[in-house]
Amino acid sequence: MNRFALFLMALPLMAASQTTVIRNATVLTVTKGTFQGSILIRDGKIVEAGEKVLVPDGARVIDAGGQFVMPGIIDCHSHIAADSINEGAVAVSSMVGIEDVINPDDPDIYRALAGGVTTANILHGSANPIGGKCQVMKMRWGKDAEGLKFEGAMPGIKFALGENVKRSGSPGNGFGASPGLRYPATRMGVEDVIREAFTEARAYQKEWRDYQAKVDRHEQAVPPRRDLKLEPLVEVLEGKRYVHAHCYRADEILMLLHVADDFGFRIRTLQHVLEGYKVAKEIADHGTGASTFSDWWAYKAEAFDAIPYNAAIMVRKGVLVSLNSDSAELMRHLNTEAAKAMKYGGLNETEALSLVTINPAKQLGVENRVGSIEPGKDADLTIYDKHPLSNYAKVEKVFIDGELYFDREKDLEERPGKEARKKALIDKLKAQEKKERKKPEPAEDKKSEEPGGAQ
Amino acid sequence: MPLYQKAMKHVTTMLLAAASLIYAQAPGPIALRGARVVTVSGPVLEKGTVLLRNGLIEAVGENIDVPKDAWVVDAQGITVYPGLIDALSTVGLPETPATTPRAEAGAAPATPRFGGQDLPVPVEQGPQFRPFTTTWVRAADLLNPADRRIEETRSAGFTSVVAYPSTGIFAGEGAFLNLSGEKEGRMVVASPTGQYVTLASHGFGTYPGSLMGVIAYIRQVSFDADHYKLEMQAYASHPVGQKRPNYDRAVEGLQESPRLLLPADDAKQLDRMIRFAAELKRPAVLYGGHQAYQIADRVAKSGVPLLVNLKWPEKAKDADPDQEESYRTLELRDRAPSSPAALEKAGAHFAFYSGGTSAKDVRKALKRAVDAGLTEAAAVRALTLSAAEIYGVADRVGSIEPGKIANLLVVKGSLFDEKAKIQYVFIDGVKYEPAPETPPAGDREGRSAPGGVE
Repeated sequence: MNRFALFLMALPLMAASQTTVIRNATVLTVTKGTFQGSILIRDGKIVEAGEKVLVPDGARVIDAGGQFVMPGIIDCHSHIAADSINEGAVAVSSMVGIEDVINPDDPDIYRALAGGVTTANILHGSANPIGGKCQVMKMRWGKDAEGLKFEGAMPGIKFALGENVKRSGSPGNGFGASPGLRYPATRMGVEDVIREAFTEARAYQKEWRDYQAKVDRHEQAVPPRRDLKLEPLVEVLEGKRYVHAHCYRADEILMLLHVADDFGFRIRTLQHVLEGYKVAKEIADHGTGASTFSDWWAYKAEAFDAIPYNAAIMVRKGVLVSLNSDSAELMRHLNTEAAKAMKYGGLNETEALSLVTINPAKQLGVENRVGSIEPGKDADLTIYDKHPLSNYAKVEKVFIDGELYFDREKDLEERPGKEARKKALIDKLKAQEKKERKKPEPAEDKKSEEPGGAQ
Repeated sequence: MPLYQKAMKHVTTMLLAAASLIYAQAPGPIALRGARVVTVSGPVLEKGTVLLRNGLIEAVGENIDVPKDAWVVDAQGITVYPGLIDALSTVGLPETPATTPRAEAGAAPATPRFGGQDLPVPVEQGPQFRPFTTTWVRAADLLNPADRRIEETRSAGFTSVVAYPSTGIFAGEGAFLNLSGEKEGRMVVASPTGQYVTLASHGFGTYPGSLMGVIAYIRQVSFDADHYKLEMQAYASHPVGQKRPNYDRAVEGLQESPRLLLPADDAKQLDRMIRFAAELKRPAVLYGGHQAYQIADRVAKSGVPLLVNLKWPEKAKDADPDQEESYRTLELRDRAPSSPAALEKAGAHFAFYSGGTSAKDVRKALKRAVDAGLTEAAAVRALTLSAAEIYGVADRVGSIEPGKIANLLVVKGSLFDEKAKIQYVFIDGVKYEPAPETPPAGDREGRSAPGGVE
């Protein structure tokens, strides 16, 4: 129903013209300063943003009434919109991928939109040292699974370290493990699993290279068996797939950076990275990004040594930092999460907004498409009634590719109608069920009236 | 019950069974004369005659010479249809309780298990251990002609079922069966008909333990099958000095399956499995289809046939009356029976399966589809010729044409009139009368129902 309503809602915008102007707005571009002005959108792209923008004939004009327009929020760590998250029984689950189980019907997509989010990195869970493949999505509520995928985004894969993967707290973990329990049970084992997997991946890569060489020499050869577990790891080795690594402690962060150095690849982002402030310089030197929480910690032993200054300290040490949600609820107010980095650590407004816009865009390799309001970028925009770094700010409208996907006013208007439709449907089904229950009796009566019949 | 009574009951049952067998034998040609004949492949004959001989349809038409030695049934007021086909079933196979040992509460619905078909013990190390895989098991090798569901199913107008082993991710190969219920060998019309695939995952601690894990596993096995073929061919042509490839029965079973049956009930699953089938580059048939009303055009365009489950969604009997259901759940319950109509309109290739609807309720379920806009002609086709086409046996069954197997359904009136009685079915030209209406004692719940989706 939502989809249909949204479709109707978006129809006038799309049909009237492919050109839209949002005028009379406070535009927070994030990369090019803030100004009072307009944004011209054509065919889903931002064409122009400035204080004075000419309104083309036939363009649809949206008056923002002085409200705040910022780039759509990007969440670098989310688990919504997927029918499964963890493939848990194997230590290396790189053969699985969120791309296979996208759930376009998940209402959390719409709720994320209502929180100003337009792009999210949907990650595999943290049950394995090497987890499954990630999927970068746009929150195009109403589109099918393919329609949600952020086309052209670099593919990613989840790694995880520490307590989750060594199964702390699981019955029979560690020493004296019950039979059948999965390796690894220690942080040492985690490192070993990753090293072994990449050693295997190198051998696999060589197998294919040798095969290719034979083919090039016009020799007869059977191609090697495709191994869906090792293929993504070869892509990591070849720089064709980003690693997003769940981690907490400084020691394991350094361990992972060393392993990556040894195998010649780079960790694209460290996720959670609550002790990142202790090793910020090393993280920056490795060229790795950090995607953390503002002030969420102490939910397990390895998440205790955390401080709210983490994001700001890492920013000051030169790390590319974003703030993520890892939660369908937190996802709906990442703007206030960003604001906390101003209170704790003294980031300025633009730096704070960058944590949920251009920085995660860079971490996901989509900064040429989204993350700021600049000509040529996708028209993924969020309009807030107040400054988005205020606690009181509410999302009014959200555009993706220039299409209106969320409109608070319309949403509120449509609620009574939806309620009524649902009630009508409930009544209809109840009546049907009643009829079904009653049916057997008259049927019995009729049967007795029937002549003997053939039986 | 005293022992001798038990024994007597047993003897009586046997006598009855023997009697019905004797009665079922029809010597010589049979002519159904003056009936309304729904040929499905051609026009409906208002006053037609169907002549059966040697288990085949010899002739059908309005002016057929009836041989002198024919047993003539004056068929005024009756309608002759091709025998109905349940396109996905376990009838004719051994029954087992509908639980799996490893299924966890709250996990995907348990997949039924078959006796004598022990699953490999799940080894939690990866796809190379072929977990939940019995591709090589053939329904045709497991037949149980004494399955009492055969008579029930026949009594509801079905002459054939396509029966599958149904345990595991790759459950095994199906067979197109005639419900003649005598000798195993006579029952099989075609085998294998396809590989029954489920997406049931078996919990966090087992590989594969998630939907994406199961999908990735199916993909890996499919790739392995492609590679296996190349390896085996290469070895067969030059075995000398070559490393011998390993024999892999999992892959062998997949290779000999002419199509994959993939579960897809709601719109997103249909979309997902249509893409998956295209990616695997293997012929596929989807089963489920309750939300096909939402993407019927896409199903049609994909060209992938869909088996629609006639077990329409119902409110759970033990549902909490205070629990409010989502609009989506309510809508699905309301609109699922309109899926066949939408598929017909879109021009999709679809057939029906009973999916755990008791045989006698199948007509009721069918009526809901017709009430929701499905034409009667399309309904009959979906239960006969379309199913035969989907399984590549339309040259043998599915319509009333000379030369085809004499599988017929004879109804006093119309199949769509709930009061109209099924008079007989003919299977391989042998006449069967439906069992008396009162169901025999015994609870039919808990039977394994194939085709439950995810």
